[in-house]
Amino acid sequence: MSLLSEAWAWLAVEGRWSGPAGIPARTAQHLAVTGVAVLLGAVVAVPAGILVGHARRGAGWVAALMGGARAVPSLGLLTLFGLWLGIGVEAPLLTLAVLAVPSLLAGVYSGFLAIDEAIPQAARAVGLSPGQVVVLVELPLALPVIVGGLRAATLQVVATATLAAYTSDYGLGRYLFAGLKTRDYAQMLAGSLIVIALALALELLLAALQRAARRVADPAHTSDPSGRRPSRKDHP
Amino acid sequence: MIEFEHVAKHYPDGTVAVRDFSLTVPSHRCVVLLGSSGSGKTTLLRMVNRMVDPTGGRVLIDDADVRDSDPVALRRSIGYVLQSGGLLPHRTVADNVATVPLLTGATRRAARSRALELLGRVGLDESLAQRYPAQLSGGQQQRVGVARALAADPNILLMDEPFGAVDPLVRRELQDELLRLQSDLGKTILFVTHDVDEAFRLGDEVIVLRPQAEIAQRGTSVEILAQPADDFVRGFIGADRGRRSLRLATSGGRQVAVDLEGHAVGILE
Ligand SMILES: Nc1ncnc2c1ncn2[C@@H]1O[C@H](COP(=O)(O)OP(=O)(O)OP(=O)(O)O)[C@@H](O)[C@H]1O
Ligand SMILES: [Mg+2]
Repeated sequence: MSLLSEAWAWLAVEGRWSGPAGIPARTAQHLAVTGVAVLLGAVVAVPAGILVGHARRGAGWVAALMGGARAVPSLGLLTLFGLWLGIGVEAPLLTLAVLAVPSLLAGVYSGFLAIDEAIPQAARAVGLSPGQVVVLVELPLALPVIVGGLRAATLQVVATATLAAYTSDYGLGRYLFAGLKTRDYAQMLAGSLIVIALALALELLLAALQRAARRVADPAHTSDPSGRRPSRKDHP
Repeated sequence: MIEFEHVAKHYPDGTVAVRDFSLTVPSHRCVVLLGSSGSGKTTLLRMVNRMVDPTGGRVLIDDADVRDSDPVALRRSIGYVLQSGGLLPHRTVADNVATVPLLTGATRRAARSRALELLGRVGLDESLAQRYPAQLSGGQQQRVGVARALAADPNILLMDEPFGAVDPLVRRELQDELLRLQSDLGKTILFVTHDVDEAFRLGDEVIVLRPQAEIAQRGTSVEILAQPADDFVRGFIGADRGRRSLRLATSGGRQVAVDLEGHAVGILE
């Protein structure tokens, strides 16, 4: 309890809330690292997920591969990339991107596979090209699951992005590493609290995004048991 | 005109869906493929729009081998009504009907007014245009499917058991609607069903199929009823069980047609 109040006191120090090394600046860095890492991961995961999901083949393979990828320890990967890329934000960015890939990829292909196969088939039969089937039919219908994958990936990355401070002076992880070095546990706890708050804020944002995605995929709310058939005047 | 020339379809797993099938569907006619489940009807239909490529023989539309045409352009030029409706669940009824015109470059406004016109044509109220497929009854969804197939004003309509999933009363209504449409539009229709009454009502010509799309008999409904080619056809159309036999009874000076169990089915004029 006293540690918590010490952390609180640490947060309350006025100078911490301004300047290039202040909490707002570091939070912005942390968010930027998270955003760029998820984006990098998506550049790989989304096309791959679309390929697998659209073809409806190879999902077992990809699931096994991604299961393996999830087991890779982030710190080990960071060390490896650090040795290769040196000091800087590149190594943690790459590590975090790799971390984001399994959830993103699983979101895309499982979203595609969850669609009743007859729907894209019918779209093809009336004259949509394969690209149009993906863009106009499969992506919108898979969107809620895809955003679910994005949500999982973002939360993993925002929590793990503290590792960016391992090889660079970047993000909220700085408070953790600095606190660890000087045994300033109040600072460590305060840093963790900020990360948790950030994660919660992102969680709320992405939950809202997922609701919006559901409206795209199911505008009639037919899969929502409370909102079956709107009671508009039923026409014969 | 659609021509099947000795088409065959062998699947890699060894299934022979179609062994050797030849047929000419004349322009502006409605030809019905009548056969039981698994006889290869859907396979034949989908050869026309290249959803299935035959492993033997060829399919011609107006003397051109469909294999030489771009599949996407071909499919857009052919109306296709699917058994399950096949509507896009995340799009409104109007947008579903307008799917192909929008893809082929019609303006939103033009596609929309065309969609509303077509909904009227298939007997749907304009007020349904902004609904989603899940908010319609099965019969209404099938009408939307027909409207979508007509949207690009195709010469050819492929209809795969389009009215199979609705109750007999609605099915009859939909058949009437189709007959009326056909007398207005004069499309070349290839229609698939396993319902004998439907085949006889709609088909200018009916092709009775055995498994592997072997033709058991072809002809008008009158020809098939009057002279079933063999026991298979007799069994299929119910002639062997007396289901097609009527006799005349007289009552109150009028001649009444009754079936074998003595139930009245109509009056002789
Ligand atoms: N992809 C496929 N691989 C293997 N066999 C197939 C495939 N598609 C269809 N078949 C087989 O081909 C045969 C004909 O199928 P088809 O769908 O044309 O029948 P159908 O007459 O339309 O039947 P139904 O009235 O039930 O729709 C069936 O025995 C079916 O199992
Ligand atoms: Mg079929």
